[in-house]
Amino acid sequence: MPALPPSVPLSWYLALSLILFVLGIAGFLFRRNIITVFMSIELMLNAVNLSFVTFSYKLQQVDGHIFAFFVMVVAAAEAAVGLAIILTVFKNRQTLEIDELSSLKN
Amino acid sequence: MQLWLIPLLPLAGFAMNGLLGRRMSKTAINAVAVGSVLLSFLWVLKTLGALGVFGGGTPLEQAYNEHYYTWIQSGMLNIGVDFAIDRLTAVMLMIVTGVGFLIHVYAVGYMAHEGGYYRFFAYLNLFMFFMLVLVLAANFLLLFVGWEGVGLCSYLLIGFYFTEKFATDAGNKAFIVNRIGDFGFSLAVFLIAMHFGSLDFSTVFGKVQGMPVESSAGWMTAIALLLLVGATGKSAQIPLYVWLPDAMAGPTPVSALIHAATMVTAGVYMVTRSSAIFLHAHGALEVVAIIGLATAFFAATMGLAQTDIKKVYAYSTVSQLGYMFLGLGTGAFSAGIFHVMTHACFKALLFLGAGSVIHAMSGEQDLRKMGGLRKYTPITFWTLLCASVAIAGVPPFSGYHSKDAILASAYEYAPWMYWVGVFTAGKTAFYVFRAFFLAFFGEPRWKADARDAHGHDAHGHGAPHESPPSMWIPLAVLAVLSLIGGYINIPKWLEPMFKLPEEAPGIPWTALVSVAAGLIGIALAAWFYLISPAIPEGLARTFSTPYRWIYNKYFVDEFYDSLVVEPMVDGSRSLLWRVVDASGIDGIVNGAGTTARNVGGILKRMQSGSIRSYAAWVVLGSIMVIIAITMGGGR
Repeated sequence: MPALPPSVPLSWYLALSLILFVLGIAGFLFRRNIITVFMSIELMLNAVNLSFVTFSYKLQQVDGHIFAFFVMVVAAAEAAVGLAIILTVFKNRQTLEIDELSSLKN
Repeated sequence: MQLWLIPLLPLAGFAMNGLLGRRMSKTAINAVAVGSVLLSFLWVLKTLGALGVFGGGTPLEQAYNEHYYTWIQSGMLNIGVDFAIDRLTAVMLMIVTGVGFLIHVYAVGYMAHEGGYYRFFAYLNLFMFFMLVLVLAANFLLLFVGWEGVGLCSYLLIGFYFTEKFATDAGNKAFIVNRIGDFGFSLAVFLIAMHFGSLDFSTVFGKVQGMPVESSAGWMTAIALLLLVGATGKSAQIPLYVWLPDAMAGPTPVSALIHAATMVTAGVYMVTRSSAIFLHAHGALEVVAIIGLATAFFAATMGLAQTDIKKVYAYSTVSQLGYMFLGLGTGAFSAGIFHVMTHACFKALLFLGAGSVIHAMSGEQDLRKMGGLRKYTPITFWTLLCASVAIAGVPPFSGYHSKDAILASAYEYAPWMYWVGVFTAGKTAFYVFRAFFLAFFGEPRWKADARDAHGHDAHGHGAPHESPPSMWIPLAVLAVLSLIGGYINIPKWLEPMFKLPEEAPGIPWTALVSVAAGLIGIALAAWFYLISPAIPEGLARTFSTPYRWIYNKYFVDEFYDSLVVEPMVDGSRSLLWRVVDASGIDGIVNGAGTTARNVGGILKRMQSGSIRSYAAWVVLGSIMVIIAITMGGGR
């Protein structure tokens, strides 16, 4: 495994992962467009992937890589299904405003 | 030897009639019901023949066992479905299947016009099955199965006319009173299993007989007394006899089969079967004798003033069962079983004759409204006469032999018991002949003109008429058995199991006295009810208080009502219903519901339906988990 440049310490990767994750949460909580919310979820997943890979490097164990691949597979499947659902929702409701999609309530 | 066929044939009859009877013709139902019992009877004969009973020699000295499969195996306890046949069982098998068959034949005629025909015969066959399991069982648990089963069939058949309130009430009464007895019986079975580690008759009684007589420990007496509680329930002894007179609400063949000839003698059979235990518990044996004597005496007095012909015979049954227990209690087990056999014949005959009389009177059971039936129903008249002399103990008929054996044993045991028994024998003769004279002699007290006017009309409306052959042929057979049954020497047959008392040469004076008592009873009945009918009314007026007590059966039912039934009903209503059920149990249940609803009312506010608020909760929760982990030292 090629060594990382010594100038980039491990904590930076983790910090980047944290920042990406918080951005994902913020996007999920505060944006109203479904597609944006969906992208925020993907962002969170990839933030987690980053920390998995980081720890995998640090501990010199392959488990983290495997987890990262699993997450990617799930994310890809989720993207396919999720985008299909979003398309259908738009077709039926002519809107992508997440707050207006509450017909299941009551 | 295929003993299992004996009970299984009636069970097959039950299954067939019970499942398909609704769509079968009456002829087919008769063929199945009577045929299955007949086959069972023939199989009993064949089995006994194969065991050499009808030949010479000494057959069945040892019990013949058949093991089918292991029913329960738990720790030390190993209970199998085993049938056994020994001399005692052989006698019971002959009684149950023989008399049972005759009563089935009779019932074909008696029930011909009744609704629920197939149901009646299905129950009757089921009863035969359970009764045969009871007598064939080789361990206490299997006996208990038969014991409970006959109780169930008794309940079903007493309440056969289930649209009548009194019939269902009587059925319930019989069932509930029997539960009390069964409770004692099951406790006894538990104690036996605990102390002997087995329920097999051979093992238990073998161990008991190996014990010295002095070791009649307290628990042995407890077992014997609890068995006796069971027997008093099933065999209608004081204090649990109250269900039997009411059980007459069932059809008459049921009264004859279940409540006279077979089921009620199950208690006698069970005590006899457990004689080894009783012989090691002399206190309990004395209680058996006293209960039997008291029952015989009091039931006989109650029979004196009954006006319903079936009630007279019902109290007579209770009284005769008391005799049997007196025999058992005084150590004459074989005499008790002897009386079971003779009683099965003459009491079944009395009931079937009563049924024939009731049939002739188109359903009338009140002796005060009968009279003069002799020339209308000659066969019933003669057969009932046979039964009456048999039960009155007139030699040489069957009742004389068995009753004399019991009374002789009672005299050996305690002379006062003998004298009470003799007095009771006199009363027995009196009330049986009272019913006989009231029904068959004197002026007709039924509405003669109304009946004669329709004299040539259809069945059931004319003058009293003789019963069809299917009814009177069993009567005739039973009459013959009642007359000569006493010469079947049951005590001799049972000698290997129960030692015979040493017999004094010639006819002992005890027998003469009891015969005299019986004859005096008959004479008094003839004087009171044939020659000068004014006497009984005068006596009833003169001794109005005792008469009222006897007429109302000593107010025992009322006493039980106020002592047991009413407190239970009141307690259930005021305490169990209003307090425990309404406020206690309902309070808990409703409280649980209300609490869940209140908590839910609070929690449901979290369910806003907005996905972002859910996400916010998730984030908040995650942060709190992280904080908690951090505070806990990162682990």
